[in-house]
Amino acid sequence: MTSIGTGYDLQNSVFSPDGRNFQVEYAVKAVENGGTCVGIRCKDGVVLAVEKIITSKLLKPGANKRIATVDHNIGVVSSGLVPDGRHFVSRARDEASSWRSTYKAPITLAALAGRLGGYVQAYTLYSSVRPFGVTAIVGAWDSEAELGVDGQVGSGPSIGAGGKVAGTKAGGPSLYMIEPSGLYWGYYGAATGKGRQAAKAELEKLDLASANLSIEAGVKEAARIIYVAHEDSKDKEFELEMSWISSTDGPTKGRHQEVPKDILEEAEKAAKKAMEGEDEEETTATEGETMQE
Amino acid sequence: MNHLPQAWGRPRDDVYGPYDASYLQSSHPQTHTQQPIVTGTSVLAVKFKDGVVIAADNLASYGSLARFTDVKRLRPFNSRAIVGIGGDVSDMQYIDRLLNSLDIAENYSSEGHGLNARNLHTYLSKVMYKRRSDINPLWNQMLVAGLDGDDKPFLSSVDLLGTTFSSPTLATGFGAHLAQPLLRKVADDESQVSDVAREKAVEAVKECMKVLFYRDARSLDKYSIAVVTKEGGVELKEDEQLENQSWQFADTIRGYGRTQEV
Repeated sequence: MTSIGTGYDLQNSVFSPDGRNFQVEYAVKAVENGGTCVGIRCKDGVVLAVEKIITSKLLKPGANKRIATVDHNIGVVSSGLVPDGRHFVSRARDEASSWRSTYKAPITLAALAGRLGGYVQAYTLYSSVRPFGVTAIVGAWDSEAELGVDGQVGSGPSIGAGGKVAGTKAGGPSLYMIEPSGLYWGYYGAATGKGRQAAKAELEKLDLASANLSIEAGVKEAARIIYVAHEDSKDKEFELEMSWISSTDGPTKGRHQEVPKDILEEAEKAAKKAMEGEDEEETTATEGETMQE
Repeated sequence: MNHLPQAWGRPRDDVYGPYDASYLQSSHPQTHTQQPIVTGTSVLAVKFKDGVVIAADNLASYGSLARFTDVKRLRPFNSRAIVGIGGDVSDMQYIDRLLNSLDIAENYSSEGHGLNARNLHTYLSKVMYKRRSDINPLWNQMLVAGLDGDDKPFLSSVDLLGTTFSSPTLATGFGAHLAQPLLRKVADDESQVSDVAREKAVEAVKECMKVLFYRDARSLDKYSIAVVTKEGGVELKEDEQLENQSWQFADTIRGYGRTQEV
């Protein structure tokens, strides 16, 4: 950080003597102030969750959605500057629809993440634009169903050239996080925003790599993690927004949807209960410590 | 080099003589689809008290050649609407993509109720009328079946001219001649729809598919059938086979008149 204040942080796309783009790092600061976002890649789907800080009692509960849908099967949530997030979503929708018009098939999340990463990165290349003030988490269930020729209009030849290979399977859950620099990775579990440290610690405990977690359990975990991550800004009220994308034979039939109200409420109740349990443990532990002193 | 881009990269006039500009002309009259090529035949539908039954066979003909025998011509839109499409199959595929992108875009504004069959029919009729007004029609006749805004059965037709009409029973193409009279026995006017049970409607449509297979040379015995109701949504079966065809009588037919009775 020695170069700060020496003029290398005044313009986007300028390298500092140690090879950094400070404007991008400042954009990351904007993200670090945003509400916590979490994405969990489960064995049969993906769960997205966001902590929405309630800045005024005049805001209508349940309105002002922060999780957006792209195509049918992709969910996007971001923390940082909300309008930048909306612009990001709009670009994602355009990319998905242009992919469809070219290839007559839905875009895979790997391809979409690549395009979005490229788009965000382009905003680090010029001093005439500013970097994106968002880190976005995108999740999808890439359909494993066999797609017909031009979307089920016909099924094509059953054998021979252009025929099908028996038993092949593609698709499945996938989750990516895209940062203001344009950097993106695939994740088992991703977190960003103010409470990301606490959220990441909780995500690491879940052993997501072995893909044992069901999407129903994932919803509960996501709710709990948002509540845990909220601990540091306890004084502010918040609303939990969650969405999920299940496998083709799961509850959302391969589509990205809001988590239904009853399931959301149940998950929130369980999250609150888990938090109370933790509080009790903590208080007894601290009491013990003071006793020893 | 000069300032005229169309002359760039061409042999120099002063060396090779002037370029023959008649080769540049790509302007022949613009033409549009003047006839369908690969075609689907009839689509049939009947309203009943809780919803609509719709059916179409799985054939796409190339003239008189039964070229594609696995083409699904009933295109479900959402849980409340389905479109049955007859006529040109490439135009059907275009309409299918159009409906798909409409569905995706409609889904983005999550507040609201989604499109019902009536809305979808309005949309399609505007697309079809615009195209015929551009003298570039989509060569199809479609039936839109499902539920309207009040969850009442909805059935309406739109064709390549943008003409629309509705009736308790509808059939396109060959079916308009052969199936429609039979279907009208089930429900002759709107007031009778409330008396028609689902089973009766399904049975009538299946019977008509059979009659059409007997007499329509561009039809197939493999077909798709869908029932749309409020409770069940769109229940679509795409690989049905015609049953109980009657051909036993054929054995007894000999010759064309009284002279050949052997």
